[in-house]
Amino acid sequence: MTNKNKQMALVEYAQRLGDNSLILGQRLGEWCGHGPQLELDIALTNFSLDMIGQANLYLGYAGEVEGKSRDADAMAYLRDELEFRNCLLVEQPNGDFGQTIMRHFLFSTFQHLHLEALQSSKDETLAGIAGKAIKEVAYHVKFSADWVRRLGGGTPESHQRMQTALDNLWRFTGELFETDGVDALLLAEGIAVDLSALQDPWNTAVQTVLKDAGLRLPKGQVVVSGGRKGNHSEHLGPMLAEMQFLQRAYPGLDW
Amino acid sequence: MTSEARPRDEKTEAIWQLLSELEDPEIPALTLMDLGIIREINLEPDGRVEVVLTTTYTACPATHFIELLVAEKLEDAGYEFRLTTKLTPTWTTDWISEEGRRKLREYGIAPPITATTSKKVLMGAKLEIECPQCRSSRTTRISEFGSTPCKSLYKCDDCAEPFEYFKCI
Repeated sequence: MTNKNKQMALVEYAQRLGDNSLILGQRLGEWCGHGPQLELDIALTNFSLDMIGQANLYLGYAGEVEGKSRDADAMAYLRDELEFRNCLLVEQPNGDFGQTIMRHFLFSTFQHLHLEALQSSKDETLAGIAGKAIKEVAYHVKFSADWVRRLGGGTPESHQRMQTALDNLWRFTGELFETDGVDALLLAEGIAVDLSALQDPWNTAVQTVLKDAGLRLPKGQVVVSGGRKGNHSEHLGPMLAEMQFLQRAYPGLDW
Repeated sequence: MTSEARPRDEKTEAIWQLLSELEDPEIPALTLMDLGIIREINLEPDGRVEVVLTTTYTACPATHFIELLVAEKLEDAGYEFRLTTKLTPTWTTDWISEEGRRKLREYGIAPPITATTSKKVLMGAKLEIECPQCRSSRTTRISEFGSTPCKSLYKCDDCAEPFEYFKCI
């Protein structure tokens, strides 16, 4: 394997991690001022901030490794939809509070396992980011799992809404564990996380909470994927249009 | 924690002293030293000063502002410098100095509990957070999340005062 291949794979890998955090952070930020209670409003925007902080580190690193003078802002604001590498789950619309919580629960349970493994990456920067992010994500897992239990076991309506959220989002979870050449190459280098090893612990962790919540797993194993290759759902474009508007309309604008 | 990292020579000591005056922009009761954000001060062969900083939370909104404060202080004192950010070892609330914990409490924020706390917590019991006003440990969490990423909201069941708790990470 050449250094050039490894470099390109590392850029791609850092972008995947950064884009997952960035896009989920932007989605959560849409709740600002709209949370069902003040406490929840603050919680969701705190999560958003954590995610954007992680994205800043990952994308900054992607730009550094790439060596074409792109910083984290250029990565976030000046790439087009097809260049985004996030999974489909994180770009799904917020829906109601239950839908947002279910999405966050499914993703942060995965993210926590992922970060745990990434901490021992041979890439010091990625390991360093993981060491910081995992402490924050631990709060996300706890908070979202508590709410899945509470709403799943709540009123008939809250239960129904959580079940609908799960039925809707479940098909996007298979993508979290998909691997390709980039993963294989960096896994051999001791840099990437072995995603196949996360599937079982994730299933166990998720199903334990869903069981407590009285929610049932959707039947069938349809997997919708493609986000990491740039094939996004119809929801990402409009979101980027809003997120990137200022830098697109007024290039280089600064505070 | 910061003091352990301090080298002894006079010039670096003078810079530690200089920077020890800087307050945290979000919690002015604390200095950057109390928080353990300034990790190292190194004199480089070309005569420049390298100041190594770390961040508390990845998205702490004060991070950028803290860099500006440090830069301004060094510039005013006529130093040639560069700022470096290091993520490892990972910042932890355990690095907040004893002095810092005392100042937090006086400021009305319950300091993060340290690793050696009640064993009941291991068994899933609630954390015992002490009210910074009356020191009662009968307190209730109102919200896990507060005005900044590092704080939760609590209220005291004895003196009824609401207060903030600096979360452990």
